[in-house]
Amino acid sequence: MQHRKVALLLSIIPGFGQFYHRQWLKGLLFLLITVSFFVAFKDLLNMGLWGIVTLGTELPRDNSIFLLAEGLIALIVIFLGLIVYYLNLRDAYKTGIMRDNKQTLYTLRQQYQHVLFKGYPYLISGPAFLLLLFAVVFPILFSFAIAFTNYDLYNSPPAKLVEWVGFSTFKEIFTVDIWRSTFFDVLAWTVVWTIVASTLQVALGIFLAVVVNQKEIRFKKLFRTILVLPWAVPGFVTILIFAGLFNDSFGAVNNDILAALGIDAIPWLTDPNWARFALIMMQGWLGFPYIFLVTTGVLQSIPEDLYEAATIDGASAFSKFRHITMPMILLSISPIIITQFTFNFNNFNIIYLFNAGGPAVPDSTAGGTDILVSWIYKLTMQSSQYALAAALTIMLSVVVVSIALWQFRKSSTFKEGA
Amino acid sequence: MRNRSRLIRLTLSYGVLIVMSIMILYPLAWTIGASFNPGNSLISTSIIPKNPTLAHYKELFEGSASLPYGQWYINSVKISFFTMVGAIISVSFTGYAFSRFRFKGRKNTLTVFLLLQMIPQFSALIALFVLAQMLDMVNSHWLLILLYIGGLIPMNTYLMKGYMDSIPMELDESARIDGASFTRTFWQIIMPLSKPMLAVVAMNGFTVPLGDFVLSSVILRTTEAYTLPIGLFNLVNEVMGASYTTFAAGAILISIPIAIVFLLLQRNFVSGLTTGGTKG
Repeated sequence: MQHRKVALLLSIIPGFGQFYHRQWLKGLLFLLITVSFFVAFKDLLNMGLWGIVTLGTELPRDNSIFLLAEGLIALIVIFLGLIVYYLNLRDAYKTGIMRDNKQTLYTLRQQYQHVLFKGYPYLISGPAFLLLLFAVVFPILFSFAIAFTNYDLYNSPPAKLVEWVGFSTFKEIFTVDIWRSTFFDVLAWTVVWTIVASTLQVALGIFLAVVVNQKEIRFKKLFRTILVLPWAVPGFVTILIFAGLFNDSFGAVNNDILAALGIDAIPWLTDPNWARFALIMMQGWLGFPYIFLVTTGVLQSIPEDLYEAATIDGASAFSKFRHITMPMILLSISPIIITQFTFNFNNFNIIYLFNAGGPAVPDSTAGGTDILVSWIYKLTMQSSQYALAAALTIMLSVVVVSIALWQFRKSSTFKEGA
Repeated sequence: MRNRSRLIRLTLSYGVLIVMSIMILYPLAWTIGASFNPGNSLISTSIIPKNPTLAHYKELFEGSASLPYGQWYINSVKISFFTMVGAIISVSFTGYAFSRFRFKGRKNTLTVFLLLQMIPQFSALIALFVLAQMLDMVNSHWLLILLYIGGLIPMNTYLMKGYMDSIPMELDESARIDGASFTRTFWQIIMPLSKPMLAVVAMNGFTVPLGDFVLSSVILRTTEAYTLPIGLFNLVNEVMGASYTTFAAGAILISIPIAIVFLLLQRNFVSGLTTGGTKG
């Protein structure tokens, strides 16, 4: 039998494959890691796995939600353990191959240097990965798990146990009338909002950058500084300022501007359509400076001789813009434009801080301007519909992720980067 | 003929710029005006108040239990500062790893990063709240800082990696030949050359906590522990309109320092983003 197979088989107990290769220290290390893994996590694994399957059986002893969390942590720990286990198997197998080929094995010193060399990227990014696991991956997994339970106001610990219910929450979104109609209303507005607001801010930003960048314009620096102000002031401050400006009773938009123009007061906060209009305008105001800044950077980097050549060929100002300026801009900032769309799709702050997603709509749990993320927030924080909120989160993530993947696959950025 | 069309173009351009400038400056001027207006009500507010007063600014620092503005300010600065430091450290390491090493799992991890940055972190609200309770860290600023740093890693690693990719590999190689270790190459060659992108990451790190309303409102539950966004939001919402002038004063005190830093750093920001953005 070949050395590689023997070693692989022996490695089923971590370390023994290495012992077989007479790599005592390495084998001992693997064995030690394994033993300490089980000693340290024995209880967590036992409790966690039992908990995630049953979600608790006895009140008041068991808290389903804590059990679920522990279960997920146990799964993550097992996953990390399996990685180490795989490394152990692979190491034994690889060394086995070397012995089969009658190569001399690495000395301890060489191995140490090899590990240091190969392991360096893992070593320096390890802490960041652990943090990511804890702060991002675990919460997302948890939300996903909640979607398959019946966790809500009436089924919540410590008074009640929570149970696994499979896909029934997803089914209810499409079968219960009030949920279905709310869902599609919110989804439709989310899509409109994302497209219109993002397009507005991108178009405005590019347009103003081109305007300011014209050769003849004086006071360039002054205009640029004014135009990037909305980007420099913290967003939450400006949104709250606008909430005051648009206020139906004391806001300056109604009292000062429209009154001066002789237009009757507009119910900005209480009429859904006017509220939506105001939101889109505000996002245009808030979002264009960023595009403006980046586009200005691109414009300044376009070589002047391109334009001179075009002028000699008799190109008009417009065709120069269309055939030189625009392609250059789009080429450089298209990844940034895509992020504007995903940003607005998830733009919770402007919706919630302006009007809390209001005005309220009869027969609906969502307000007139709620987008999916603000509706999810309300379902979680205000009406305690945890399972429903989590199910919506999953659906939203699937949509966003698939669009993003499709987009990035098209753009060369992805191919080059990965 | 040529001159006339040029004149029209320039007139229109200046017209557009002036209208936009007014639209940008008006809300800001209105807020500044409001902060100096006497009384709480805004009905009689004008941009240039007839009897300007500093009363609202004083009120912010009187340290009343329901309006600990100074405390909120300290909380916000502390959280932003540590998030910034944490983000810079972790992202420069991950960026270096992804840019310079071809290790197993690299491609997959990059794809996962891309996906993670699409899923809004706060869609996992319930989980974060449960996490805070389990760890007994409700109201803990440190938990919040860790969550912010974690959330910043995917997106900013991408930016940092993209920027480091534009630094020629030959520099690393010659340093290696001269006997420098990876860590030394990182500190003495890569880091100094990545300064523009480090500024971007620093700015993202500093401003994310200032722009966040959701995570902080889930984790911070007492008035004392609030950050500026939650504190000011509650101030506006508690009695709608009634304390708007005080809010205006508070808003100005936070906006001015940040706006100045942004305006000073914008050059870095643009060069960092266009390089990192196109090279991906």
